Amino acid sequence: MTLPTSSASANAAEETISAGTALLEVREVAKQFFGHQVLKNISLQVAAGEFLTLLGESGSGKTTLLRIIAGFEQPTSGQVWMSGIRLDVLPPYQRRVNTVFQSYALFPHLSVKENVAYGLRVTKVAESEIPARVADALRMVKMEEFADRRPGKLSGGQQQRVALARALVNRPKLLLLDEPLSALDANLRKQMQGELKSLQRDLGITFLFVTHDQDEAMALSDRIALLKDGALEQIASPREIYERPATVYTAQFIGQTNILHAEIRNGVATSGSLCWPVALRNGHALFSLRPEAIRLAAESATMPNPVTFHARVIQQIFSGASEQLELDCDGLRLRAMIYSRSPLSGEQEFAFSSADAIPVRNSKEPG
Amino acid sequence: MRATSLGTNRPTFLSVYALVVFAFLYLPIAVLILYSFNRSGVGGFPPKHFTLSWYSQLFADTAIWDSVLNSLLVAVGAVVLSLTFGLLAALALDRATFPGKSVFRRLVLLPLILPGIITGLSLLMFAVFAGVQLSLLTVFLGHGTALISVATTELFAGLQKMDRAQEEASLDLGATPWQTFWRITLPNLRLSLIAAGLLIFTLSMDEIVVTIFLIGRDNTLPQEIWSRLRIGITPEINAISTLIFAVSVILILVWYRIRTRTIGKQAQELLERP
Amino acid sequence: MYSRAYKFVVSLPPLLWVAIFLLVPYALMLAHSFWLVREGVIIHHWNLQNYSKLFHNPVYVEVLFRSVRIAVTVTFLSLLLGYPLAYYMSFHAGPRKDILYQLVIIPLWVSYLVRGYAWKTILGSEGVLNGFLQYLHITKEPVSFLLYSPFAVVLMLTHIYTPFVFLPLYASLEHIPRNLVEASHDLGASPCTTFLRVILPLSLPGLLAGATFAFVLSLGDFLAPILVGGPSSIMIANIVQSLFGTAYDWPLGAAISVCILLLTVTLLYLTERLEKRWSF
Repeated sequence: MTLPTSSASANAAEETISAGTALLEVREVAKQFFGHQVLKNISLQVAAGEFLTLLGESGSGKTTLLRIIAGFEQPTSGQVWMSGIRLDVLPPYQRRVNTVFQSYALFPHLSVKENVAYGLRVTKVAESEIPARVADALRMVKMEEFADRRPGKLSGGQQQRVALARALVNRPKLLLLDEPLSALDANLRKQMQGELKSLQRDLGITFLFVTHDQDEAMALSDRIALLKDGALEQIASPREIYERPATVYTAQFIGQTNILHAEIRNGVATSGSLCWPVALRNGHALFSLRPEAIRLAAESATMPNPVTFHARVIQQIFSGASEQLELDCDGLRLRAMIYSRSPLSGEQEFAFSSADAIPVRNSKEPG
Repeated sequence: MRATSLGTNRPTFLSVYALVVFAFLYLPIAVLILYSFNRSGVGGFPPKHFTLSWYSQLFADTAIWDSVLNSLLVAVGAVVLSLTFGLLAALALDRATFPGKSVFRRLVLLPLILPGIITGLSLLMFAVFAGVQLSLLTVFLGHGTALISVATTELFAGLQKMDRAQEEASLDLGATPWQTFWRITLPNLRLSLIAAGLLIFTLSMDEIVVTIFLIGRDNTLPQEIWSRLRIGITPEINAISTLIFAVSVILILVWYRIRTRTIGKQAQELLERP
Repeated sequence: MYSRAYKFVVSLPPLLWVAIFLLVPYALMLAHSFWLVREGVIIHHWNLQNYSKLFHNPVYVEVLFRSVRIAVTVTFLSLLLGYPLAYYMSFHAGPRKDILYQLVIIPLWVSYLVRGYAWKTILGSEGVLNGFLQYLHITKEPVSFLLYSPFAVVLMLTHIYTPFVFLPLYASLEHIPRNLVEASHDLGASPCTTFLRVILPLSLPGLLAGATFAFVLSLGDFLAPILVGGPSSIMIANIVQSLFGTAYDWPLGAAISVCILLLTVTLLYLTERLEKRWSF
C-alpha cells in the first residue's frame, strides 16, 4: 500500500517549467533494442540556459537518451521537440544540437583549427568569418597555441578542450556532453568541471550532461535527472534531490542513507525500537535517514524535534573531518556520521531530528 | 522514412551496386560450373543435356590425377618450408634488430607484389646457374620462396596479438628461451600457423605463373590444365575447375573461421561497447 | 628479453634464404641484362645494348605503353567496383558484413587459371556470352571483339584484381572509428559530405595499397593475354616470356625484367612514403 509522500508536490513544482522557457521537450520517448527495453516512456523538459545532468548507472539509458536527442538513434516511440520544431524526424546534421563525445572523436587527419572549423565549413558559413570564430572558440578553451597541431599529438585533456571548442563554435542551441570527463584523471577532472561550469554560465548555452558520477552531477548541475533502468526516478536540483529524495534508489544512489521500514499508527512511525511523530496515514512506509542526521545525543541540545535512541557502536572509521559509525540499535543496523572525536565504545545515546526522516517510495510504485 | 546517421538506413543505390559487383565476381564461375554438366560443350547458350560424363571422363584421366599428386607433394613441401622460414622471419622482424632490417623486411615481402614472372625467371636463371635440372624440386623451391611472404605476414600478425607477458612469465618461472618457445610461443601461434598453412597450401595448389618457368617433366595440376588449354578446350577442364573451386571454397571458409577466432577477442570487445 | 643468441638463431636462416633465393637470383638477372646473345649462346660481354634495344625498338615501346594503359584501366575499374563495395560492406551492411566478406575473398583465392579459363569460355565467338546474346536475338552474329582483344584482357584482369583492391581498402575503412562519422553528422555534414571530408581521406592508405597491387600485378601479367588477349593484346611480360622461350634472348629478357623489378620497387617505395604521410 502506498502513501502520498510529502516530497511529491515539491517535486511536481520542480518538474514543471513554464512552457515559454522550455528549450527541449522529450515526450514519452521509449527505446527498444533487440527486445530489451532500454528507455521506458521518458518525459522531461530542459529549460533554456540550464545545466541539466542525466545521471545514472551504466544500463540506465542515459547515453541512449542523449544519442536520441543528438540524432544517432531513433526512438521506438515518442517525440523530441526543440523550440517548437520536431527534432526526432531530422537527421543529426540538420539539428541545432552539437555533441561532445566521450572519446572526443577528433578528426585525426585535420589540425586542431581545421577540426574546430569543420562545422562552420560544412554548413557553408562565410569563409571570411571562419578564422575569427575559430580563434575565439580556441581562446575560450585555452587552446590557441595548439591551433596547428594534429589531435594525435595532444593529451587527453587537450583533446577534450578541442572537442568542446569544435562543438561550441557552431553556437548550438543545445550542447550535449557524453561523459566528457570520464577519461581524465582526478585532478584534471576537477579542473575541467570548474571550467565547464563557468563556460556554461558565461555563454548561456543549454548544457545536457551525461555522467555516472554523482559528485560531478551535484557540483555542476542546475538540475539532475536521475535515471534507473530506462525510467526517470527523479528530476530536481542537487539540493532538492539530496535533501528530499523521492525514492529508495535515489536516496541510496546519491550520497549515503539508512532506509527504515516503519509502521505508522496514529501519527507515530515505529521502526524497530525507533519511533518518531509523523503526519502520515496509518500503514507501512519507508523512510530515508542520512547518516549525518544522526548525532550524539549529548551534542544535540539545539536539535529541533529530536528523537533519541540507544545503540551499540560496532565500528568506528576515522575519515579525517568526520567519523563513520556503524550502529546496532536492538538489531537494527544504522550508519551515522559525526564530527571527529576520540573513540567511542559500547552503548551510546544518539539523536536525530524527526524532520530528517524523509518518506520515500519504491521506484516501481507511482508517486 | 526517418533518416539516421548509420546502419539501419540502407541506401538502395549502393546495395544494388554491391549486388552487381558480386554478380560480376561470381557469374563467370557460375557459368563454368554450369557448363561442366553440359553435354554439348563449353560454349553456346543455353546449355542442354545435363550429363555427368565429363566428370567420369575426368576421374578416368590418369594424367590429371598424377598431376594432382605432384601438386599435393609440392604443396605440402611448400607449407613446411614456408611455415618454418616464415616463422623465423616473423620472429626476427618482431624481436631482433640488426643492420639492414628494413631492407630485409621489404625483401621478404617483395614476392607478394612482384609479378610472378620476375620471381619465376630469376629463379630459373639461378637454377641454370647452379646447374640444377628443372623438376618438381625446383617448383617446390619456387613456391616456397614466393610463399614465405604469406607465412611471414600471417605469423607476424599473430605474434603482435600475442600476450608478451606470457613469455616473460615463463622465463620468470625458470624456463629457458628454448623451452619457452616450444611450450608457450608456438602453442599461442597455433591458430596463426594453421591459418597460414591452409592459405599457403591453397595458393601452392593453384600456383601457375612461377611454376611455368620452373617445371620439369612432371606436371602440377595447374600446369597440366595450362598445357591442355594450349591444345584445345573441353568441358573436362570445366569439371576439374569446378572441383578445384569446390575444394578451394571449403579451404578458404575453414581458413576464415580460424582467422576470426584469433581476432575473436578483439571483436568481442568491440561488440560489448555500451 | 631476448638474448643475442636467440635473435641470431631466429634471424640467420631467413636471412640466408633471402640472400640465396632472392638476392642471388635478382643479381643474376641483373648480370644477364648486361650480357649478350650470339648465335644461340649467352656471352658474358658486359654492355648496355639490351637497354638501348629496349627503348629504341618501336614494337617494345608500343607494347610497354599498351601494358601501362591496360594496367591503369584495370586499376581504375577495380577501384570503381571495389571501393563502393567496400564502403557498402563497412558502413551499411550491418551484421551481414561477415558473410559478405567471405564471399569476396573466395574468388580471390580460387585459382587464377580457373577464373581466366572461365572468361575464355564466356567471351569466345562460340562462347557463352555470344550464345546468350544470340539466344535473346540481341545479335545475329557472334560479336568478335569480345575475345582476343585488349577489352577481354582488361575484363579478365579487372575480375581478378577487384578483390585484391577490395581487401586493403576494406581494412582501412573498418579502421575508421564510427564516432568520427557521428561527429561529422553532428557538426552538420550530410553523409555525402562526410564521405568526402572524413571517410575518403582516412581510407587513402588502403586505397593506395590496393591500387599499387593491382597496377603492378596487371602490368606484369602474361597469362591473360595468352588466354583471352590474342596477338593484338601482347603485353610486356609476354615479350619477356618469349625471349626466354622461342625467341631465346635471355639477356634482353633479363633487361626488361630488371626494368619491371625496378619499377615495382620504386612504386613500393613511393607508396610507402605516401601511406606514412596519409595515415593517422
